[in-house]
Amino acid sequence: MSESQTRPPNRLLRNLNAKIASIPMILTAVVVFAGGTVWTVLHSFTNSKLLPRLNFVGIDQYTRLWATPRWLVSIENLLIYGVLSLVFSLVIGFVLAALLDQKIRFENTFRTILLYPYALSFIVTGLVWQWLLNPELGIQGVVRNLGWTSFSFDPLYDSSIVIYGILIAALWQGTGLVMCLMLAGLRGIDEDIWKAARVDGIPMWKTYLFIVIPMMRPVFVTTLVIIASGIVRVYDLVVAQTSGGPGIASEVPAKYVYDYMFFAQNLGQGFAASTMMLLSVVIVIVPWAYLEFGRRRRA
Amino acid sequence: MNIASKSPILTTDADGFAGPRGPKPRRMLSRRNIIVYGTLLVVAVYYLLPLYVMIVTSLKGMPEIRLGNIFSPPLEITFEPWIKAWSSACTGLNCDGLSRGFWNSVRITVPSVILSIAIASVNGYALANWRFKGSELFFTILIVGAFIPYQVMLYPIVIILREIGLYGSLAGLVIVHSIFGMPILTLLFRNYFTSMPEELFKAARVDGAGFWGIYLRIMLPMSLPIFVVAVIIQITGIWNDFLFGVVYTRPETYPMTVQLNNIVNSVQGVKEYNVNMAATLITGLVPLIVYFVSGKLFVRGIAAGAVKG
Amino acid sequence: MLYRSVTAVLAAAAAACAFTGVAAATDLEVTHWWTSGGEAAAVGEFAKAFDATGNHWIDGAIAGSGGTARPIMISRITGGDPMGATQFNHGRQAEELIQAGLMRDLTDIATKEKWTEIVRPKSLLDSCTVDGKIYCVPVNIHSWQWLWLSNDAFAKAGVPVPKTWDEYVAAAPALEKAGIVPLAVGGQAWQASGAFDVLLAAVGGTDAFLKVYRDKDKNFAAGPEIAKVFKAADDARKMAKNTNVQDWNQATNMVITGKAGGQIMGDWAQGEFQVAGQVAGKDYTCLPGLGINPVIATGGDAFYFPLLKDAEKAKAQEVLAQTLLDPKTQVAFNLKKGSLPVRGDVDLQAANDCMKKGLDILAKGDVIPWTDQLLSQDSQKQKEDLFSEFFAKQDMSIEDAQKRFADIIASAD
Repeated sequence: MSESQTRPPNRLLRNLNAKIASIPMILTAVVVFAGGTVWTVLHSFTNSKLLPRLNFVGIDQYTRLWATPRWLVSIENLLIYGVLSLVFSLVIGFVLAALLDQKIRFENTFRTILLYPYALSFIVTGLVWQWLLNPELGIQGVVRNLGWTSFSFDPLYDSSIVIYGILIAALWQGTGLVMCLMLAGLRGIDEDIWKAARVDGIPMWKTYLFIVIPMMRPVFVTTLVIIASGIVRVYDLVVAQTSGGPGIASEVPAKYVYDYMFFAQNLGQGFAASTMMLLSVVIVIVPWAYLEFGRRRRA
Repeated sequence: MNIASKSPILTTDADGFAGPRGPKPRRMLSRRNIIVYGTLLVVAVYYLLPLYVMIVTSLKGMPEIRLGNIFSPPLEITFEPWIKAWSSACTGLNCDGLSRGFWNSVRITVPSVILSIAIASVNGYALANWRFKGSELFFTILIVGAFIPYQVMLYPIVIILREIGLYGSLAGLVIVHSIFGMPILTLLFRNYFTSMPEELFKAARVDGAGFWGIYLRIMLPMSLPIFVVAVIIQITGIWNDFLFGVVYTRPETYPMTVQLNNIVNSVQGVKEYNVNMAATLITGLVPLIVYFVSGKLFVRGIAAGAVKG
Repeated sequence: MLYRSVTAVLAAAAAACAFTGVAAATDLEVTHWWTSGGEAAAVGEFAKAFDATGNHWIDGAIAGSGGTARPIMISRITGGDPMGATQFNHGRQAEELIQAGLMRDLTDIATKEKWTEIVRPKSLLDSCTVDGKIYCVPVNIHSWQWLWLSNDAFAKAGVPVPKTWDEYVAAAPALEKAGIVPLAVGGQAWQASGAFDVLLAAVGGTDAFLKVYRDKDKNFAAGPEIAKVFKAADDARKMAKNTNVQDWNQATNMVITGKAGGQIMGDWAQGEFQVAGQVAGKDYTCLPGLGINPVIATGGDAFYFPLLKDAEKAKAQEVLAQTLLDPKTQVAFNLKKGSLPVRGDVDLQAANDCMKKGLDILAKGDVIPWTDQLLSQDSQKQKEDLFSEFFAKQDMSIEDAQKRFADIIASAD
């Protein structure tokens, strides 16, 4: 640590102001996030109904959870949605950024167009796409009116593909931001690298794939955090677009949690479901977050 | 304290946003150009289509919507749906449209944005330059917190707010927004401050400046781009919030999004798509304007916050 | 908190200007989920009557059905920021709030106003009663047992309007041929589940209904009698295949416009027919109990009053409780809502054919308790998940569905 030269001798008083200034953060981390989590996990072992109570029932809530078809459908949907939206938004975002980075005209205009959906809420996004994908009035209806009467495109009313209908809307809303982050990353790459690659006669796609992308690791990391945290939480979009339907075909875990906590007035079941969500997040995120942010940067 | 002027950060672009790096274009109609512009145009159409449909639909009358297709421009432009959405659409007995929610949203958004950014920027600064024992642990918890579904935290927060007596008040909602904005904002500020030249900070320390002194006199003036990003992210995020607005406020202080949902879901007879679309556009107008006005600053800022990990 | 006190001052100023001279003008916030056309018109009657007492009704409508609204209401009450009064379906939705001592005991007012004598059927007040104390004011009886048929649609298909469920099923192919969706079932989960419960009470009969939902008889639920009900539900889902709408009133609207042949929906659908200017018997036909077993379930809406510290508001609560049961208000409200009044001594000459049918059944005493009273919300939700899946997934087998249904009943509370 380079700060060590200027460090005052007393360790306790050192950084006192910084500690005071961090009180809101510490409170949020400890009381709200950690405390709220512990509280939730604790109550997931109880039979709390409408109000939280500490009547412990062991792992009953979990046994029931994993025997519930709707929960299994939710998990499956989240996996499909998560993997696809991660892959597509990274790939599309990067390709668009690379296209915009070709010294093109109207870059600002294109960028604004690609980014504006991000300003709209999921509720709005869901409503618009519900309308566009409406079989009678939307895209399908319009194409059929043009004469192609057998044309069929109604993802929101077809159980087997409804999750892709949601994906279309999610990508529309979110890729602009990914593009923006990627573009920023590309602009951070030193011009000399491009020059050197051109001198060596490396084709452009190879330069992107083997030189530029590895150099953009920090950007990918930040982007991943932003996309992934959105995926786990996906809720509003589903509610606005399909309400989980048709049937239970587009249910997601966050909706299961909400529905069972509040509609079904079974807090225990909702807490058990949210604990499972947290567990998966913790298994994936914590080791990575600690490595990524916990290590000392200025060594 | 004349360090700032010596710093390289002010002479080059603070965010490294120096301009396109790709190879220079040669001819106007090369095959490459056709592919690049062609792809971008197709993508742009896909992105603009929903907005176009929203605007067109909101200007049509109901009979035309039922008969026509959603992409055709209105035969007869009417502003009736906009007026209805703004001032007379009904939820239950309240028939004053979105107008009431607009001012509520302003009253919620402004203090929330200020408080959350003030806290997060100080956090980021402390984490970047004044690390103390445990600071990284708290930060890790915060980042993991970014992944917690909001629904999980609803109940504990009801209890916390009840205990401090702020449930149902505007102050309570401002605190909730500050809490949930903290992870991402702190991450952005921390990354940004970490990327600032170390010498700057050291020199200030040698000059005897303390925690707040350096923050106010050096860090703040030099971090305009990231503040712009934070303001934009928070304005859009808080303006668009639905869940907290509905759970932690009462009907007379419902933000616009809640009223939008109410109007859209209060189907009285036939769904009035034109009014719904107008209401949707009106609600989205504020964040959209913020975007269009500050587009370039946003891109720069986001680059600054995100890239220098 | 500055904001709050400012509003308080403003509100006080406004009140002072509006009701100069009236001492007891108290604002009372009332939350409910009545936002469709007919519902909003009905709740307006309550507001009007309450405002006439010199107090002021602050409307807290939350759109998107009870499932969306209840969590918000409950958070408000448990979070220590209760409203003045709130709607619930009477039955078990507010059970725990009462046990936690958050709701106001209305027994004193009930005794003074002799609710036990005027409210009918008596079972209504029973579902408001916990440990011998009364906690809610029932305002209407809503029965689910109705089949609404579009006379136009059947005329177009060239078949007579059916009189029973079986005739209706037999007429389905003719309707389909005429390009009409035989049965409209909206996408919201509670609609599918409610339609099944109606089929259970009609096709299975009152005893079967009670055996399953009241006695929670698992073996019976898995048995042949209930298999018959699932067979009927299978017919229903085939007829409803092309509905493609979400909200119940959009489904009702399909019946009103003749796009659908019929809909199984509670009597609140009547409000929609009324708003659309349709006449019972002429434009549409209603079959209580699907024409098989004409009973009325005594579900419905009730108002609960959270315990408030503010003495003036508490007083306004009493006024509101009385207003809700006032004969005039009862008539005005229920005519608009399409539901039946909770008191037998009111004059309902203005009632239309369908309401009169309902009143007759009520007078005969053919009433059953409804699932809101018999099952916890948890079991209700599981049932909703099952039936929304069953109706949406045509390839889900009847046997699978019945087995899952029996499992839910086995664990029901």
